[in-house]
Amino acid sequence: MTAALQVEKLNRSFGALAVTRDVDLTLERGARHALIGPNGAGKTTLVNLITGVLRPQSGRVLLNGDDITQTSQAARARRGLARTFQINQLFRGLTVLENLTMTIGERDGECNNLWRAAGAKPSIIEEALDHLESLRLVDDALRLVRELPYGRQRLVEIAIALAQKPRVLLLDEPAAGVPSSESHLILDVVAALDPDIAVLIIEHDMDVVFRFAKEITVLVQGAVFTHGTPQQIMADEQVRAVYLGEEGHKVAGAAHG
Amino acid sequence: MAVSDIQTAAPARDASTTAARIRAADFVVKRHYLRWWEALPWLLIIAAYFVFPDRLTFGTQVLIGIMFALSLDLILGYAGIVTLGHALFFGIGAYTVALLTARWNWGEPISAMLLAIVLSAAAGLVSGWFLLRYRGLTLLMLTLAAAILVQEAGNYRSDITGGYDGVPGMEIWKLFGVFENDLYGRTYYVYVGVLLFIVWYIVRRIVYSPYGAALTGIRENVRRMHAIGSPVHKRLVTAYTLAAGLAGMAGALFAQSTAYTTLGVFDFDNSAKVMVMLILGGTGRLYGAFIGAAVYLVLEDNLSKLSPTFWQFGIGLLLVLTVLFARRGLLGLLEDAIKLFRRGGNA
Repeated sequence: MTAALQVEKLNRSFGALAVTRDVDLTLERGARHALIGPNGAGKTTLVNLITGVLRPQSGRVLLNGDDITQTSQAARARRGLARTFQINQLFRGLTVLENLTMTIGERDGECNNLWRAAGAKPSIIEEALDHLESLRLVDDALRLVRELPYGRQRLVEIAIALAQKPRVLLLDEPAAGVPSSESHLILDVVAALDPDIAVLIIEHDMDVVFRFAKEITVLVQGAVFTHGTPQQIMADEQVRAVYLGEEGHKVAGAAHG
Repeated sequence: MAVSDIQTAAPARDASTTAARIRAADFVVKRHYLRWWEALPWLLIIAAYFVFPDRLTFGTQVLIGIMFALSLDLILGYAGIVTLGHALFFGIGAYTVALLTARWNWGEPISAMLLAIVLSAAAGLVSGWFLLRYRGLTLLMLTLAAAILVQEAGNYRSDITGGYDGVPGMEIWKLFGVFENDLYGRTYYVYVGVLLFIVWYIVRRIVYSPYGAALTGIRENVRRMHAIGSPVHKRLVTAYTLAAGLAGMAGALFAQSTAYTTLGVFDFDNSAKVMVMLILGGTGRLYGAFIGAAVYLVLEDNLSKLSPTFWQFGIGLLLVLTVLFARRGLLGLLEDAIKLFRRGGNA
């Protein structure tokens, strides 16, 4: 079966600094894959290379078997590659609902229409509301995004990615900056994602990683240090030494819990 | 897919959620409906015809200013394209009309205006295609440079353009072959007023369309637009082309209503002026162009009579006050006042 997303020997450097080195990564259809690594390991850079924000110096990115290495970011998104950002990238001056209707409009090519009223297609509004309802955002539908607390904005970030109907979804620290009292809501959403979507999650919270992921890739200094199942990673002495050491207590907590 | 999956997990929808859904959908569906107060600018424009019958030449210039500012609002207010070269398209429109009559003896106003729209839109398409890869200060400088380049080219061939002395021998024919532009400018006031209404209708359709929503998306967060698959460059070039065409239309009407055009139309002053008008009125709100252009031009007219040397001080002061205390322009100030009034009324 063709992998949903395949990254082959990807390289990228900024000047003398090699931030991505010979990275290989495969997400099968429906994958639940976590990407972990210490700060500065190049995790977000890898996401940027996969989504086309950055271009690699060498290597290939394949989406459902098609080489998209030279494809623009927007064209990749239209082929079913969606992401969330580590720091919210939302339409802050628009309502929550408009954030979603516009996303759906761009997905369906509706935004090529200059003449029809934006609210003229009930199916788009209904679908947007469905997404909001699944994230319990309906009550905030008419509020401006910038008026929402950060945790709720984080949910809008995820709602937008889901409204793209992606086949591959890259989540860059979805719960970052959210108070722990609210982060469970986001993690529930992540856990309940469509099993057909291949998901790559970058996350620092090892609880989340070990609960969610079926596969883990450890990135250190731009290169794949190792990858395997959560059990293999947890048992790996070297991983503990280079990375988990600093988060050891959390791992211990996860192992006991 | 994802949505239905999660929904089956929580099938029962309570009454308050249903109500919130209906309320939200209703808002989006009715967003583009006409409000009663949208008739106000048109009532004022009609009233002005009867109240100031001897000032209609000036009134025509106000209407043209509104049209020019409205074209800028589409790209600056909605798409967030910051440009200091919008006079380029106004100038191309004006010169299309001027050169058609002076060099090819074609003074028929409507066909000349249509050609002006086509040519300025084409200029917008070509320059936008190249320039809109850039944003912010770089774009600001490049749009400014584009207008200066064309102006200097015109200056170089002043044998054709008449340079800063103006195009000699402009002769604009009667409208529809019937209506002469009388001394009081009644004909052109009505003519430009009707065209402004058409332009307003077109711009209004666009800003409330899904495409218009995408433009505001680009203004709000271009990174996110790329990430959701929006062809950002294409969207921007389209908006720039449309705005250029409308600015060219305003330029053509300027040349026809005054029967006079110099290379001054390409001046940086002209680009800056239209931007000041729009910021004064309020960007991205359609009627900011109306208020801004009207207030600016009326002030300019009165202040320059009051003090021919220092009138720009008044304009400058107004702009400083706007930027300091009314960041969203006069219209924003008005919105705040109405909100405050309503809250006071409810309390």
